[in-house]
Amino acid sequence: MSDSTAVKPVSQDQNKGASALLGMLWRDKFAFVSAIVLLIIMAFAIFGPALLGDLATSQNLRGRNSPPFDLSRGWIFVLGGDSLGRPILARLIVAAQSTMAVAAGAVATALVIGAFFGLIAGYMGKTASQIIMRLADVIMSFPSLLLAVVVLYVLGPSIPNMILVLAITRIPIYLRTTRAEVLEVRERMFVQAAVVMGASHRRIVLRHILPVIAPTLITIATLDFAFVMLAESSLSFLGIGIQPPSITWGLMVSQGRPYLNTAWWLAFWPGLMIVITALSLNLLSNWMRVALDPAQRWRLESRKSTDA
Amino acid sequence: MPEALLTVKNLSVDFHTARGTVHAVRNVSWSVNRGETLAILGESGSGKSVSASAVMNLLDTPPAEIVSGEIFHEGKELLKISYEEHRALNGKKIAMIFQDPLGHLNPVYTVGWQIVEMMTAHGRPIEMARARALELVTRVGIPEPEKALKKYPHQFSGGQRQRLMIAMALMLKPDILIADEPTTALDVTVQAEVLALLKELQQETGMALVLITHDLGVVAEIADRVVVMSEGEIVEEGTAREVYHKPRHAYTRKLIGAAPGKGDIRQPGPEASVLLEVSGLEKTYGNFTALKDAAFTLARGQSLAVVGESGSGKSTLARTILRLEQADKGTALWKGRDLITMPQRDLLAIRQQIQMVFQDPTQSLNPRMSVYQLISEGWEIHGLMPDRKARRARVEELLEQVELLPSHCDRYPHQFSGGQRQRIAIARALALEPELIICDEAVSALDVSVQAQVMALLDDLRAKLGISYLFIAHDLGVVRDFADTVLVMKEGEIVEQGSTEAIFSAPQHPYTQRLLAANLDPDPDIQAQRARSGRAAP
Repeated sequence: MSDSTAVKPVSQDQNKGASALLGMLWRDKFAFVSAIVLLIIMAFAIFGPALLGDLATSQNLRGRNSPPFDLSRGWIFVLGGDSLGRPILARLIVAAQSTMAVAAGAVATALVIGAFFGLIAGYMGKTASQIIMRLADVIMSFPSLLLAVVVLYVLGPSIPNMILVLAITRIPIYLRTTRAEVLEVRERMFVQAAVVMGASHRRIVLRHILPVIAPTLITIATLDFAFVMLAESSLSFLGIGIQPPSITWGLMVSQGRPYLNTAWWLAFWPGLMIVITALSLNLLSNWMRVALDPAQRWRLESRKSTDA
Repeated sequence: MPEALLTVKNLSVDFHTARGTVHAVRNVSWSVNRGETLAILGESGSGKSVSASAVMNLLDTPPAEIVSGEIFHEGKELLKISYEEHRALNGKKIAMIFQDPLGHLNPVYTVGWQIVEMMTAHGRPIEMARARALELVTRVGIPEPEKALKKYPHQFSGGQRQRLMIAMALMLKPDILIADEPTTALDVTVQAEVLALLKELQQETGMALVLITHDLGVVAEIADRVVVMSEGEIVEEGTAREVYHKPRHAYTRKLIGAAPGKGDIRQPGPEASVLLEVSGLEKTYGNFTALKDAAFTLARGQSLAVVGESGSGKSTLARTILRLEQADKGTALWKGRDLITMPQRDLLAIRQQIQMVFQDPTQSLNPRMSVYQLISEGWEIHGLMPDRKARRARVEELLEQVELLPSHCDRYPHQFSGGQRQRIAIARALALEPELIICDEAVSALDVSVQAQVMALLDDLRAKLGISYLFIAHDLGVVRDFADTVLVMKEGEIVEQGSTEAIFSAPQHPYTQRLLAANLDPDPDIQAQRARSGRAAP
């Protein structure tokens, strides 16, 4: 870190931005594997229904609850068949789409709305904060399942409505976290330094406060992902969520539950998918937190460039 | 020679980091006897705290690795005993106090509880602990000690917290007290009291004191012997007087040379036009009056120092002028326009003319912005210099002006040392070509030699660009070298103001006199002489 250390000019750095990021990803093997897993799941979600949609819904009562790792019915039954004899593998791949749509949609909506109001509540004066926080308290004190039942009963079960309901119940988490962090960060010296320079409120919030609290929010969002997937399944279980023949992993778990004693694979595989997705997201967000923090980034940079 | 109470022999410690191995200390040996004060003097990063941490078993291994060395205390080899044995020793025989007292007091317990716990944890009865706590809290100069014990850490000032920490460390009458920068965060008068207290306690109990410090004044005041460290090695060792008067090593000479307060007092320059005129400025928080009827004028190209202890309203003064806080009463005329009542929209233009450099550059620079972004942010805010190339060239120029390299543009604050960071903060302030820079303790957090560099830089900028300074400081040496006029503040009031020469040679107000008397001189002889005359006087 001596004064004489040469630093690359910025234009070169910008060109290398993407490849540098990939390099950092490669250096964290867990995150790298997670990224690949997530890409595969994304591919499932995008192409799955078109390729395997028919297979996933075709019933075959002879293959009811057929055990996994038995290739006599063809490779598609490698993970076994469900209670109506539909291949689990195909259903898993097809279900990726609606699962990801609901989970990602709900988490992203809750994150954006929660962070937005959290920033306002934390940064603005007492009145705005009071109003927003009491509203959040109302949402939190209302049993989320009850809220979901009411809303979905009125609006009718569909994916956008599911996203809406799940997002509303998760908003307070982001809102409260954001507000708490903002209250701390806004007192930091560099925020005051920005005020002295004449920075506008918008600039202070977006340039100085948000980047500091973003890693926390992203970490919560990834943890929330699994929660939302399971919440969606409990709504489906009550019959107000995703309706068959549409499928999600959560729905598959709840459909497999009665057969846990006789055919564990019905609930196990979709459960595993939820775990793998949540875990991958978590590992990736962990990597992202380090990669986006200038003070931590060196951990992921190659020795050569830091020693140069 | 009898065996020393604590001996460190040929200690070498490496830190294994992802960036390679750092030799934190190499072959460090020192010892301390009963009733003796050893000062370990060095700047940040010199490894002065590492050997003390090794004594206390506070080094995390890994990343740290004790490569070689031995530490003896009463015949025991401290590097070889078990964790449990160490625990029995820590606090009881060897106690430590730290620089940052807020970080070391638990905010959810009363201080009384925490001080008492120190003793009960080592198996003493609680009544005894309470009595001793009360005695010590009275001793360290906390007002209303009985009530104080029932208060929480946040209810005390920084200085009081440090005194509580000292009380806590002394609960079990340790043989050895290791003090890591104990008075760095304290006001001069409090510092003098704390050092006097440590001296007294040492005479009574005969404990050994190991004082880790960067302050030559503290060394002169209290140390018997001093060990000077630089880059992990001991470069010089001797009695405090020897080292000050006959420094053998070049580093020691540089350190002594950099100590402020030895140069000529600045003579006021020719009369210049008034830039800022403050009158009747007041600010209260509830019942607490932070600022009372402040009035002064600042001329163009002048530097005005505001001195006072913490809580005297120095920072409030700066913050009300900058409108970071709204003043209750009074005016601050900036070139004839009142800053206090000015609407927000007009204020934006003024913000460009008045910049501020904060105390701690680690906190005042956004850690997620590169140096280029930090320095150019002001232009973005004020819509200046739209051309990217010109911006970049100007940032590089500014970096050179503050003696950093143009290539530092794309680095982030954490990649710099404290002094370099403060220079980035100064470059940021300069970017908007301000007419006034308010420095709120801008050099207090820096090492002496770095401090000297930054002060020289500020002085140079004043000469070249005609910038005025409102310079808030508690270090009188720095003020003496830098300021044209001085304001002395106490409890929100300006008790004395005048030219630097008048304040330093003939202080009128008793508080100013006390402040000057408490200021520590780096020369041990002057310090000893002062102590004698001080003892004779009352």
